[in-house]
Amino acid sequence: MIISVASGKGGTGKTTVATNMAVSMGSDVQLLDCDVEEPNAHLFINPVMEQKKTVYAPVPDIDETKCNFCKKCAQICRFKAIAVINEIILTFPELCHSCGGCVAVCPEKAITETGRELGVIEIGHRNNLGFVHGRLRIGEAMSPPLIREVRSYTPSDRPTIIDAPPGTSCPVIAAMRGTDFVLMVTEPTPFGLHDLKLAVEAVKLLDIPRGLVINRSDIGDDGVRAYAKKENIPVLMEIPFDRGIAEAYSKGRLVVEEMPEWKERFRTLYLQIQEIVG
Amino acid sequence: MKELVVISGKGGTGKTSLMAAFASLAENKVLCDADVDAADLHLLTAPVIIERHDFQGGGVAVIHPDRCSACGLCRDLCRFNAISDAFMVDPIECEGCGVCVDFCPEDAIDFPIKTCGEWFVSNTRFGPMVHARLGIAEENSGKLVTLVRQEAKKLAENNQLNLLITDGPPGVGCPVIASIGGASAILIVAEPTVSGLHDMERVAQLAAHFKVPGMVCINKFDLNLDQTSAIEKLASENNISAVGRIPFDPVFTESMVKGQTVLEYAGNSEIRHNIDKIWVNIRNQLVL
Repeated sequence: MIISVASGKGGTGKTTVATNMAVSMGSDVQLLDCDVEEPNAHLFINPVMEQKKTVYAPVPDIDETKCNFCKKCAQICRFKAIAVINEIILTFPELCHSCGGCVAVCPEKAITETGRELGVIEIGHRNNLGFVHGRLRIGEAMSPPLIREVRSYTPSDRPTIIDAPPGTSCPVIAAMRGTDFVLMVTEPTPFGLHDLKLAVEAVKLLDIPRGLVINRSDIGDDGVRAYAKKENIPVLMEIPFDRGIAEAYSKGRLVVEEMPEWKERFRTLYLQIQEIVG
Repeated sequence: MKELVVISGKGGTGKTSLMAAFASLAENKVLCDADVDAADLHLLTAPVIIERHDFQGGGVAVIHPDRCSACGLCRDLCRFNAISDAFMVDPIECEGCGVCVDFCPEDAIDFPIKTCGEWFVSNTRFGPMVHARLGIAEENSGKLVTLVRQEAKKLAENNQLNLLITDGPPGVGCPVIASIGGASAILIVAEPTVSGLHDMERVAQLAAHFKVPGMVCINKFDLNLDQTSAIEKLASENNISAVGRIPFDPVFTESMVKGQTVLEYAGNSEIRHNIDKIWVNIRNQLVL
């Protein structure tokens, strides 16, 4: 079973829920931090990292001795990553989406592919918890290929928890697509509700069962609960605002370590999801 | 004209609440919400939309079964696994590269331009605002960010306003890069947590990479004074000026519930003093 933890709005507690649930499940678990722009789960898990690898996106490499400047590559590229001006050919690797159109179209076979660094992936563990995260290179715009690379570490023999990035566009779709359940974490405020609605629309589009965790549940208003009821989204857990939890979080500590009574609640959360997914 | 872009790296640090507070303090400005993926500024500024425009993204491949000979070339060429065994294109996976369109021997693939969002020019009680809404699960967020910033700039020029305040998205990827390029300065709203420090460091590196001067303010600073000091130390090592601290205060949430800025809701509080001071520091940095 693959559970993705998503939110729409940032800072609602995705990482808190993903990490605390992962360490409370009492079985071998894989945790994939797919928020590759700002990965934070490792700060709470403190995994022992065993392997690090750099991930590249293929971009064109032009052999100018073979190029006859016919411009077919520049014409097929919809991302303006190749320009031909008289007998000068220029590539803009940061604009390339790695579609391979230029390689396929070149009649002189003058184009091969080289790599643009997207970022790195680190693989490690903490006891029986497997851990993988990606870290987007600063200045790199495209996170989905790196997210897909992190997701390639989904094992077949144990449950996987995915910490997804915020938002509703391509990075979060790359993190949620094909998962068995989306656990949405929100806060009961107007911003939380507004962004939750957008995130729910994205999850509906992907047709994935969903449930809700309301974090800082005693602040704000009742908008989120009313919406969840109307949309038939089960509220699986409520976490009240507690300065103790906020301070533990600020130090990089897991809630279940500071307040062991939460361990059973996070385990119950997982069991409820298991029951829904079947 | 100056442009201040408010970003955070980590989400939920109070970027939009603070940006709305600055909106009520600044004069002669245009507001711009560049967090097109999950735009929230309108919830505090209650914009009255005066112009509404479609946002045209890229193309998306559509295969016509009556013309398709099922040769399979498109599927072999598609690097995004967007074409099914039955030769249907999955619009969510389609990257819009058009390679299948160009190679199809039967000319069976159309490439219509998608409308993948809307953008608006509005009036608010703080002045004009340009904002947008990206469609669910759409791409091209960077392109839409660039568009709203350009339109906001135009609006400012046409109205002789000398400041643009832009609410940026979280993260360091495509929409953030589109938000900060060419800005006069960025303000990073950080929170004193291990995540806040980690994410602020990455966003500071991003600002340096694109050579945009940075400032930082720390929200909820009293949650963890050690992390607050660590953020300020990191800022000074990276030539980022620390422009102030704001204590943890439930009035941020209370004012949001009322649809007001924190200064409108709690005008006489300690918070006002902190935010006023931060705004004076920002004005000095921007040389307004």
